[in-house]
Amino acid sequence: MAATTMARAPRGTAERKPSAVQTFLSRHGGMMPTFAAALILVLLFIGAEAFLRGDFITPRNISALLLDNAYLLVLAVGMTFVILTGGIDLSVGSVMAFTGILGAKMLGAGVPALVAVPVMLLGGAAIGLMIGILVQYFGVQPFIASLAGLFLGRGLAYIVSLSSIKVENDAVLWLQSTRIKLGDWYLTPTGIIALATVAIAAFVLHLTRFGRTIYAIGGNEQSARLMGLKVGRTKIAAYVISGSCAGLAGLILTAYSGAGYPRNGIGTELDAISAVVIGGTLLTGGRGYVVGSMIGVFVYGTIKTIINYMGAEQSWMQIIVGALLLLFIVVQRAIVARSEGRR
Amino acid sequence: MTAIYKHRLFWPLVSLLTLIVINFIARPQFLKITVRDGELYGPLISILRESAPLMLVALGMTIVIATRGIDLSVGAIMAVSGAVALTIIDGASDPSNMGTVTIAIVVAILVSLVLGVWNGFLVSVVGIQPIIATLVLMLAGRGVALLITGGFITTVNSDPFSFIASGYVIGLPFAFLIGVVAIVVLSIVERRTALGVLTEAVGINPEASRLAGVRSRGIIWGAYIMSGTLAGVAGLIYASNIKAADANAAGVFIELYAILAVVLGGTSLNGGKFSIAGTVIGVLIIQTLDSTILFLGVKSAQSPVFFAVVVVVVVIVQSARLRDGLAAMSGRLRARRESAQDRDKVEVA
Repeated sequence: MAATTMARAPRGTAERKPSAVQTFLSRHGGMMPTFAAALILVLLFIGAEAFLRGDFITPRNISALLLDNAYLLVLAVGMTFVILTGGIDLSVGSVMAFTGILGAKMLGAGVPALVAVPVMLLGGAAIGLMIGILVQYFGVQPFIASLAGLFLGRGLAYIVSLSSIKVENDAVLWLQSTRIKLGDWYLTPTGIIALATVAIAAFVLHLTRFGRTIYAIGGNEQSARLMGLKVGRTKIAAYVISGSCAGLAGLILTAYSGAGYPRNGIGTELDAISAVVIGGTLLTGGRGYVVGSMIGVFVYGTIKTIINYMGAEQSWMQIIVGALLLLFIVVQRAIVARSEGRR
Repeated sequence: MTAIYKHRLFWPLVSLLTLIVINFIARPQFLKITVRDGELYGPLISILRESAPLMLVALGMTIVIATRGIDLSVGAIMAVSGAVALTIIDGASDPSNMGTVTIAIVVAILVSLVLGVWNGFLVSVVGIQPIIATLVLMLAGRGVALLITGGFITTVNSDPFSFIASGYVIGLPFAFLIGVVAIVVLSIVERRTALGVLTEAVGINPEASRLAGVRSRGIIWGAYIMSGTLAGVAGLIYASNIKAADANAAGVFIELYAILAVVLGGTSLNGGKFSIAGTVIGVLIIQTLDSTILFLGVKSAQSPVFFAVVVVVVVIVQSARLRDGLAAMSGRLRARRESAQDRDKVEVA
């Protein structure tokens, strides 16, 4: 600490009158990882534009980025809630597969979409509720409880059907095929659903009592309880939200691929966790932004697009995402260490 | 009697025996062991043989969990280890040469050891949460394995290498004996030296053990190195069994089954006290359950539902809430009985 004071001493005037940037940074230190993620996203875009082909930043490409990653975005939003409480949800990938194949099966059997879609969301919410109850009432570690959810979702998906089921329901396919055009830009209803999920989640997390309770639990569960906050039901609600988001992602993925497939989403929970971490949410809970998770998903999606452009092997995708994840956790670790040192 | 009932291996053992009895009732040939050319065969023997990779991984996981950590990267390390070994054997002029196979095995285990060092470095030196630190390798490791094999499934025809998974020594499967050696070595290292106690101390309270002069960094680091190395050997057994290096399929979900085995064996995920015998029983429960589910005619793809049910039941049985609830209930029953007896006494009087 003394060393930094001395180092700063020569620029005494700058110390007394900090620039607007410095004030902003010191007030919003917790947002730094999210800014870093946004910066990386911009750098990725510029790098791809400059070094690959000149036509990387096109409205078409950016619109496709949202379309291709809509399901992951919804999963990452749900995951953010759980991680903010200090938990983790490994079940989202297989729950997404389960609700997707369940929906496809029901639609194939002639059940109207108005019934099938709510059942998909409820199916996801039910598995989330099970995980939440195990975590809250039976003191099971989130890792193990959601592991049970992972097995359950995957097994149920195979029980519904062992092979893929094509969806021919117009209402569900409409979600994907409709393009709302604005010049060269376009949005699909799935993209709108994903963006709306982000907006609602941001509103809930920052402007409602429930959202603040989530942050309080992640910061310090004991303190939150002593403050009289409803810790139990909020934690369960976080898992239910994550499960419902997985159900919604199942709908989006089914619409996107035009079929339900029980092998969908193997390892997707790790993609979602990576996106959330890259977006600046601390895995210890209490710090992070749902908008950061959105940026994390876009970073992930952009890397994937670039690798496709380069025609590189898919194995590089895993290595690069792993390396990025490492970079971000080391940065986060440094930030946490600094803020602890300040105290 | 209560001493037996209260022993922490009681419930895991009861579950394993129950499973075996159920199997025996459903198919009496389950316990039958035949001797062919001095080698043992039978459903029980195949369970022991097939449990070897999971056994090795779960043993390493036990030590890591005892330090309050977790190692998600074991499946990826298995994939890398198999890829390294088979690429070396495939590239050699004579795949069946004993020297080639030995070099391949040694190199693969060394690479796994280095990956374990990397995990341990991230956790014990950099101080990253174990879940995330090992998640890095879990994601990147399979990519590395795919790069090594060039994106293909490398297959080899090498008798010395296939011996690892399908060979027999003194009438028992060689893979099973590798598992037994690992169990014995680990038990001696952890229980006949102070290492086990120090590991538990680090897991129970890292700060207190540091103040007491325990070098926790080295102990935690060592746990990840051990886990990585054992996963490497498991990867060799897996690759030898299918005679191929499949970077996408090798060790998928094995980290989850290994963690499940450790938890089934009564070791808490919160770190601290661990039981190697418990883990061994946990692995056998999982392998027997797997074999039972297959026997029942359930498609292997659907078996996760059974595992989900088992996990839920086990964690609920282990949870403090249920035990407190049961204790309170039996306490109430006893109180009622005693008050009834008191009333009887009064009436007699």
